[in-house]
Amino acid sequence: MKFLPGSRKVADLAGPDGSRARVRNSVVLAFLLLCLLAVISLFVGANALTISALMNDPQALQVLIISRIPRTAAVLLTGAALAVAGVIMQLLVRNKFVEPGTTGTNEAAMLGMLAATLLAPSMPVFGKMLVASVSALAGTAVFMLLARRIPPERPLLIPLAGLVYGGLLLACATFIAIQTDLLQYLGVWMSGEFSGILAGRYELLWLAGGLALLAYFAADQFTIAGLGRTVSMNLGLRYGQVLAFGIVTVSLVSALVVVTVGMLPFLGLVVPNLVSRIMGDNLRESLPVVAALGAGLLLICDILGRVLRFPYEIPAGTIFGIFGATVFLYLLLGRRSHA
Amino acid sequence: MIQVTNLSCGIASSPILKGIAASIPAGRVTALIGPNGAGKSTLLKLIAQQLTANSGSITLDGVEVSEIGARKLAQKMAVVAQHLTVASRVRVQDLIGFGRWPHSQGRLTAEDRAAIDDAIARFGLSALRQRFLDELSGGQRQRAFIAMAFAQDTDWLLLDEPLNNLDLHHARNLMSRLRSLAEDRGKSIVIVVHDLNYAISWSDHVVALKDGQVAFQGPVAETATAANLTDLYETPVAITQSDGRPFAQYHR
Ligand SMILES: Nc1ncnc2c1ncn2[C@@H]1O[C@H](COP(=O)(O)OP(=O)(O)OP(=O)(O)O)[C@@H](O)[C@H]1O
Ligand SMILES: [Mg+2]
Repeated sequence: MKFLPGSRKVADLAGPDGSRARVRNSVVLAFLLLCLLAVISLFVGANALTISALMNDPQALQVLIISRIPRTAAVLLTGAALAVAGVIMQLLVRNKFVEPGTTGTNEAAMLGMLAATLLAPSMPVFGKMLVASVSALAGTAVFMLLARRIPPERPLLIPLAGLVYGGLLLACATFIAIQTDLLQYLGVWMSGEFSGILAGRYELLWLAGGLALLAYFAADQFTIAGLGRTVSMNLGLRYGQVLAFGIVTVSLVSALVVVTVGMLPFLGLVVPNLVSRIMGDNLRESLPVVAALGAGLLLICDILGRVLRFPYEIPAGTIFGIFGATVFLYLLLGRRSHA
Repeated sequence: MIQVTNLSCGIASSPILKGIAASIPAGRVTALIGPNGAGKSTLLKLIAQQLTANSGSITLDGVEVSEIGARKLAQKMAVVAQHLTVASRVRVQDLIGFGRWPHSQGRLTAEDRAAIDDAIARFGLSALRQRFLDELSGGQRQRAFIAMAFAQDTDWLLLDEPLNNLDLHHARNLMSRLRSLAEDRGKSIVIVVHDLNYAISWSDHVVALKDGQVAFQGPVAETATAANLTDLYETPVAITQSDGRPFAQYHR
């Protein structure tokens, strides 16, 4: 077994109180950085916005209120919620390489949304959303049953099986979409981007953010569940309930994000893995950092997407995909061997 | 006292335990012995409610264990499994802290913290308390899990082959701690052991399983005889006296 030099040094130097203060400091720092990014995000975009324009021009204020603030909020909520969903999934499946994008959850949500659009086109968005959530839940539950059959000593088989399973669901969705001329919907759900976000079109994401916050109250439960069923039961944890709560949270968050902004692959995978390397998996400590890092990285990608080909936009999901895939490869290949 | 009556359990139609009847006394160290595959781990899991039996009953102080409720049971009984696989990165002190979960549900009191520090010190984990579980050796990890069960501070402590990865210093240290828990604090200990010398020199009571049935049970002095043990393992075992204590000789 090899040791991680970085994390051990931190661990040896800091006593229990020292490390806690360090954590608090880094959380404060992360929060300030996030605020700075949010302010930058408010002023970057196709329509130039300046402080003085805001003072004098009512139209500039409109841009801020209708477009920039909702867009910034949407990115932050999405990034935080997806990262939280990823880490919950990883603890419950006890595998570092799963996230809603490698468990068929996203694809199942799309399938549900497609079904709702086809069968009840006049249903309000909230109703369709509910159908997508239930479908995502069913899809994730089937994945959990599949994952259970895979021996734990073959950890890479689980995301592999998930990708094949997700591919299967996506193929079904594509077939249906082609038959019914709904392919452009599928395209929108598959590429996560925020350029279309306006006030009135993103509010469901607050629900996703709320769910991530709710998950924090069960942080200890998720950490214990991550130690396995036996340890959980020994500690009197209601393992089944925690599992169910986690899966419902992950499915709802995924469905909300897929339908509102589209798929953002790798976010739920890369962010928790980065945090886990440094801080470990005690969610009570690490969940705020996971959420903040998810929100911050996605916001950086979205801002980059707005400025790189100004005045055109590159979807945030595309930029994060490049970054995320690189980090993911690094994590896969640089995987520590477990003795 | 744990009373097991007519307990049967099978996985996928093949029977593992066939009508077990055993009683495990309170306030004593009980050794659960028997050959590989005898059903020792299965019996322990059934007592801890991690498996459900096909038939039969298990009572703890006269109350059916399945009716005690998850949290109550966790306050009365701690279990350390034979195979400890960890997939997540949790620090040693956090793991041991989770031992207090049944009592505090995450809100640690001063008493909880004292129990955690005590468990860390007793198992020589002070230097490792900030380490992540996946950065420990097998024996160190095992000690961390045993320390968690210690911190849980339950009347009953069930350990499945706790000596497996331990060096002789830590093995002896563990056994003497278990002994003093029983003698000084009235705790009841059940441990699965393969090393007969640890079993006969530290425990009061023996339950021996073979092929899913009880081969013999009772106080160590009466039941751990050369004839019984030879039959149990189908291997010649001689009991000699060394410094006035029984010594099992079976190596060659
Ligand atoms: N999940 C399972 N599925 C099928 N059979 C099982 C399973 N777990 C255990 N068994 C069988 O049940 C029997 C008892 O197993 P158990 O683990 O209780 O043995 P044990 O006495 O603890 O052995 P050891 O000393 O090797 O730990 C064995 O024959 C084993 O093959
Ligand atoms: Mg066993």
